[in-house]
Amino acid sequence: MDWRARTMSLLLLGFVRLLTGAQARWHGCPPKAEQRIYFANHQSHADLVLIWAALPQELRSITRPIAAKDYWTASRFKHWITSAVFNAVYVERERKGDEDPLAPLIAALESGDSLILFPEGTRGHAEDPQPFKSGLYNLARQFPDVVLVPAWIHNVQRVMPKGEVVPVPVLCSVTFGEPMKLGADEARADFLARARSAVMALREI
Amino acid sequence: MRSFLRNLSPDEQVGLLFAVLFGLLLLASVAGILLSLRERRHPDPVTGGRTPRLQDFQALLRNSWLMALVFWVGWAAGDGVAIVLFGLVSFLVLREFISLSPTRRGDHRSLVLAFFVVLPTQYALVWTQHFDLFTVFIPVYVFLAIPVVSALANDPQRFLERNAKLQWGIMVCVYGLSHVPALFLLTFPRFAGRMAFLVFFLVIVVQTCMLVQHVVARRLGDPVAPAISESFHWRSWLAGLTAGGLLGSALAGLTPFKPATALAMALVACAAGSLGHLVMKAIKRDRGVPHWGSAGRSVTGASGLLDRVDALCFAAPVFFHSVRWTFEL
Repeated sequence: MDWRARTMSLLLLGFVRLLTGAQARWHGCPPKAEQRIYFANHQSHADLVLIWAALPQELRSITRPIAAKDYWTASRFKHWITSAVFNAVYVERERKGDEDPLAPLIAALESGDSLILFPEGTRGHAEDPQPFKSGLYNLARQFPDVVLVPAWIHNVQRVMPKGEVVPVPVLCSVTFGEPMKLGADEARADFLARARSAVMALREI
Repeated sequence: MRSFLRNLSPDEQVGLLFAVLFGLLLLASVAGILLSLRERRHPDPVTGGRTPRLQDFQALLRNSWLMALVFWVGWAAGDGVAIVLFGLVSFLVLREFISLSPTRRGDHRSLVLAFFVVLPTQYALVWTQHFDLFTVFIPVYVFLAIPVVSALANDPQRFLERNAKLQWGIMVCVYGLSHVPALFLLTFPRFAGRMAFLVFFLVIVVQTCMLVQHVVARRLGDPVAPAISESFHWRSWLAGLTAGGLLGSALAGLTPFKPATALAMALVACAAGSLGHLVMKAIKRDRGVPHWGSAGRSVTGASGLLDRVDALCFAAPVFFHSVRWTFEL
């Protein structure tokens, strides 16, 4: 990280903590430097920033969030902040040609990084998360040794609802649950439903 | 002794006050550590660890350290910093209050207004000593402005309830608390530079009242409103008032008051603070949480900041205005 990115990351951390507290609640597992995929509900663009801020410093540097390429590279600033500060992995939301949309994630996992994934694919506006997309299943199948950690992000949609520009201070927290494993012959739909309910179960803790 | 104290400059007097205060806190902390060591050797058979009593004591001690530090920083760094510090505390407690009062999307702009316009304006009014405007700004102008912004958001669902919550949050967390630093800026004849004593007087009297009330309540059954507070009894309340009032008249020498006036002022502040604490408890019960703070179920077990300052939020405005009316400042 160059000094600009480091300054930005410190400023951003202070700002996020002042607005939301960005509290991490390690409910089902301790924060640990092993290769993990954190998967969480997605209600706001700020989700990415919040989960990044909630992780401890040591884990933040080895954990890369996934960012939608069309949104986060739209302006030079967004592009810079996601690549230099968050070290994000970009994915295409729309499939183009026969390119595998998971290829950048696979590359990141192969190089030993942990990932933050929002398996709904897009921001939801309902109480419950939308059905999960199959990316999580495919990654779990290909990387059986990577630990899958469900997480629930509380309250972020209240900080900055869609269409607003000024964030409002509301306490937010990220609850990390017990790691789950893909069964040996578990079907795709079963696994995705189980993952979704593991995320939703953390809402009430 | 007396003449020695008289000969000190106001600054030295306040400095001495803080030295005594921190000394007492230090003694209490050492006692707490010794007690916890003893309990570790003889663990409680029921809980297997620290007894609730010791936990209460330690929580209270942390609380007192925090308050003493805040006031010391506020005094040492000057009125401006004290105002900014209390503004920050206001911000944090309003954040806790709003987090536990569900808002809808239509409230977003009202919340922006509350946090980023109303709060800074209120403290700016304290800073610039516009006391007449500062006492009516929130109850008169903001009272209208917030629902107007909410109405423009075009969402009628639970409109009155949502606005009432927001108004309440602003009244308690911003309006109430802003009266503490406002005390620094009152100008008493022949008392210049020593207004920190008045703030200290308010805080110590209210805290003592709460503490005595809490300790006495433990020995009583039959709370007045068991659904709201297990620890509120008229007898413990009177005991708290008595303790606060007596301490107040004993501390009259620190303040511009005569002993009888100090007693009356202390009673007013204690009554407002302890009843306000009860009201905040009722709001917590309504939300179904034991403490303010992160969703009321923080992993660390620490309670929220609002739990620590709520009595002060109610006591400060009443105390401030009682002082102003009585002395026609």
